[in-house]
Amino acid sequence: MNKNTRINALLLLVVAALAVLPLALGLGDGQEEPFTGADAQAETAITEIAPDYEPWFSPLYEPPSGEIESALFALQAALGAGVLAYYFGVRRGRRQGEMRATARQDGGGAGPGAGKSAARRN
Amino acid sequence: MHIAEGFLPPAHAIAWSVASAPFVVHGVRSLTREVRENPESTLLLGASGAFTFVLSALKLPSVTGSCSHPTGTGLGAILFRPPIMAVLGTITLLFQALLLAHGGLTTLGANVFSMAVVGPWAGYAVYRVLRRYDVPLMVAVFFGAFVADLSTYCVTSVQLALAFPDPGSGFLGALGKFGSIFAFTQIPLAVSEGLLTVLVMRLLVQSSKGDLTRLGVFLAGKQARTRTVETETVSR
Repeated sequence: MNKNTRINALLLLVVAALAVLPLALGLGDGQEEPFTGADAQAETAITEIAPDYEPWFSPLYEPPSGEIESALFALQAALGAGVLAYYFGVRRGRRQGEMRATARQDGGGAGPGAGKSAARRN
Repeated sequence: MHIAEGFLPPAHAIAWSVASAPFVVHGVRSLTREVRENPESTLLLGASGAFTFVLSALKLPSVTGSCSHPTGTGLGAILFRPPIMAVLGTITLLFQALLLAHGGLTTLGANVFSMAVVGPWAGYAVYRVLRRYDVPLMVAVFFGAFVADLSTYCVTSVQLALAFPDPGSGFLGALGKFGSIFAFTQIPLAVSEGLLTVLVMRLLVQSSKGDLTRLGVFLAGKQARTRTVETETVSR
């Protein structure tokens, strides 16, 4: 693993640790419902501050169950991840193509190293 | 940061929509101009929108024992400037309001204002100031994304406190209440978002140096100031 990959892996590891630590340390213990959404807690706080407040509009479409809702959230994440992966895939392919093309142009004499640095400069 | 459908009184809902509208309209114009003048940007624009899509779907546990999600708006704001991020953020919020019953149409204006307007601008401002003083790129990116994330949730707290001041302690009391729900929970998540944004920026530096150079992402010191001036003269 080169240095770049190691740093990237470390970044992901820290993010994962930040997500897992609250669960591992049991920071939700003692709450009525541990790890509820902050958005839902805000709704509860509103009804505490203004008990008479009635939401005056309701969603046009509501996922019929928690399963459907999580499916739609997964769909949202998958769409985003798919586009990101496509982007980096296209970029990588294009870069490799450029490298190969310059290596071919430079011919045998220049060697692949020269082709590589030329592609980087582009 | 999603204020639920119908959970803002009509006057507030309208006011926030009116406040957000010019940013989104200006953003749509910037976006169409960017695509027309630099068609090669389209792919990276899609990737920036996709980053917001992924991050705002990731509900993560936090130290407060509750869950929240990052916003992913810092990256696009740093790459393409905040007006364009206003559009990408609005698309994400609209998707969630229509399909997930997360947020809502009546609260869209308020949610757009926090996530797609204030977040990107605050994050971008921090990034620019840090770059102006020659802070390393990845450090500036981290704090830009961190601030974009956290400021979004602070704005949500203010919006709710304005709409629902505490009967006893007033606006400030309510701000403390909503702030402790949103802002405190968000701090570790904003760190995560900063790190993920740095990760993607590192991958972009490897894969798309040309695009980043054209967008002026690498400019630092005195040059960093010329970035907007240049883009603005070009646009006129």
